[in-house]
Amino acid sequence: MTAVATTGAAAFLGRYEGLRTRLPGARVAWVEALRDKAADAFRAKGFPTRRMEAWKYTDLAAVTGAAFGEPLTSVDDAPALPPTAHPRAVFVDGRFRPDLSTLDGVALQVESLGAALPRLEGRIGALARPENEPLAALNTMLFEDGLVVEVAAGVAAGTLEILSLAAESERAPAFHPRHLVRLGVGASLTIIETATGPVAARYLHNPVFEIEVAEGARLAHGRLQQEGHEGIFLSTVYARVAAGGTYDNFTLNAGAKLARNEIHVALTGPKAEAHMNGVQMAGDGQHVDTTTSLDHAAPDCSSRQTYKTVLAGRSRGVFQGKIHVHQVAQKTDGYQMNQALLLSPDAEIDSKPQLEIYADDVKCSHGATVGELDADHLFFLRSRGIPEAQAKAMLVEAFLTEAVEAVADEPIRTALEQGVAGWWQRQGVAA
Amino acid sequence: MLKIENLHATVEGKQILNGLTLEIPSGEVHAIMGPNGSGKSTLSYVLAGREGYEVTEGSVTFNGVDLLAMEPEERAVAGMFLAFQAPVELPGVGNANFLRTALNAIRRARGEAEIDAMQFLKLARARMKVLNMPEEMLKRPVNVGFSGGEKKRNEMLQLALLAPKFAVLDETDSGLDIDALKLVADTVNSLRGSDFSALVITHYQRLLNHIVPDRVHVLSAGRIIKSGGPELAEELEAAGYAGVQAAA
Repeated sequence: MTAVATTGAAAFLGRYEGLRTRLPGARVAWVEALRDKAADAFRAKGFPTRRMEAWKYTDLAAVTGAAFGEPLTSVDDAPALPPTAHPRAVFVDGRFRPDLSTLDGVALQVESLGAALPRLEGRIGALARPENEPLAALNTMLFEDGLVVEVAAGVAAGTLEILSLAAESERAPAFHPRHLVRLGVGASLTIIETATGPVAARYLHNPVFEIEVAEGARLAHGRLQQEGHEGIFLSTVYARVAAGGTYDNFTLNAGAKLARNEIHVALTGPKAEAHMNGVQMAGDGQHVDTTTSLDHAAPDCSSRQTYKTVLAGRSRGVFQGKIHVHQVAQKTDGYQMNQALLLSPDAEIDSKPQLEIYADDVKCSHGATVGELDADHLFFLRSRGIPEAQAKAMLVEAFLTEAVEAVADEPIRTALEQGVAGWWQRQGVAA
Repeated sequence: MLKIENLHATVEGKQILNGLTLEIPSGEVHAIMGPNGSGKSTLSYVLAGREGYEVTEGSVTFNGVDLLAMEPEERAVAGMFLAFQAPVELPGVGNANFLRTALNAIRRARGEAEIDAMQFLKLARARMKVLNMPEEMLKRPVNVGFSGGEKKRNEMLQLALLAPKFAVLDETDSGLDIDALKLVADTVNSLRGSDFSALVITHYQRLLNHIVPDRVHVLSAGRIIKSGGPELAEELEAAGYAGVQAAA
């Protein structure tokens, strides 16, 4: 008799076997094939370990050593929602909640992936690589819902919010939403995505985004990761940008016990642009990881990356950034900077920039710095009557300025500034 | 107002101040002159409470309170102000935001209402006009890209806005042209009154022509070796420190 695994990859594979005939698209052949293939990949590799180059600094023991349950099939209670000035799609435990969403009159097509699934052949899985990224395999195997966003050519669709909540629950749910975003030629859209949950609830949020930006289109994608203290956030974004298009990702990676913000961007047409900026903030007991991978696969493209990490207490931060300039990608203009500020002697940052350049006419620069708050700066502010905690907050904010100012999109910047201020208020005493 | 008694201080284990005694009554401006390495800047940092400046003996009382037991921000709130010799640059910290935060921190501690951005702007504009500072200096990060003279003017703007009871000017005159020097002097002179005192640290008599001190002290090897009226500054200018040191 074989014991049923309750933890690790085997538990998730067991769940897949059990749910296989009931998951959305279970009777649709191509969906079944997609899931089975992903399950094979996940079975072969399991959860990433630190022996994998891409996971050298982030240990998933908190995931593999714990048991996770199903999200409740129906959530009757309506959680309190923060006010918003924009159309908003709300997810609870990874499931789209039309009753909580306000999407009337938006200039874009938006629907739940669960409902749209049979029509998404060739789109879902177009960019994700379950064979390379085990978490994308896990997501493909078990996704139940997500958001499908489509902006027609030439349409300026304004701002859309996506709010992902974890419900108050003792089931430690694992959810794997799959989101698809596609912008037609010359279209534009701003997405503000917030992921949050109850302070003390245990859960695993494993979203995958597949984003296609057509010629001349522009997507600003602001992400506020503010999961609860016991939450685990493992997110993978895949984006493909055609000629003259722009993908502008800004991520505030500030919540969760363990958070990985993994972004893969491919610039596939001339003069495409990628902006990947972010702020990571971690306090006692937190681990935050940003891993970016950028493919310059066409000439005359540019990319800008500025990541800032602030670590307080006993916390750990990771930045890994790979830029791959293909042979065809002449006149590439690439820039990557990552800087860390350590507010405590117990904080640790690992940073690994990686450039692979196969074209000969390119401009690519990268840099990394690690430092503490400057004692002279702190003394100067205090000598003017500013209390120590407030002076520190001012200097941390100043450290983050460059990354925040890189955000061109006003609603994203406002949300970000509030997110940073909120983090600091929570950490201020400990730091 | 400020009473320094037998002050001994070390920096990185090195003895810099060796029994410095000095009393500055309310309403008076005193000047300290002395050669390089005599302990002038150390004195100013000890008064402001900078880390790494260790007092090994002696006391400093400020309006009857033990100054050395206070945190730097508590000293500022109590009315102590140091105009830095080399003001730091703070990239990412807007000058207006910094100035208003400082002003409100002090107002809050004094039990006064905080002022909003509009009120602050009005106040700052008026002070900046007097100091001949372009308004755009409010928008820039603190001291970033400022010339030496602009940094010193920014210090004077802080002095004027925070209106402390006691100001230490640590070689504020160094590197200033005569116009800027007069602006520094005007700022200090405008604060002079029965409830304001200052300690002006300088190498040159020049500044003291514009801020006429009540007393002049000569600092050498961490002690006051001679004190006198404003004429002592002129004497020093003529004879040099060596002459005074030899006579002391």
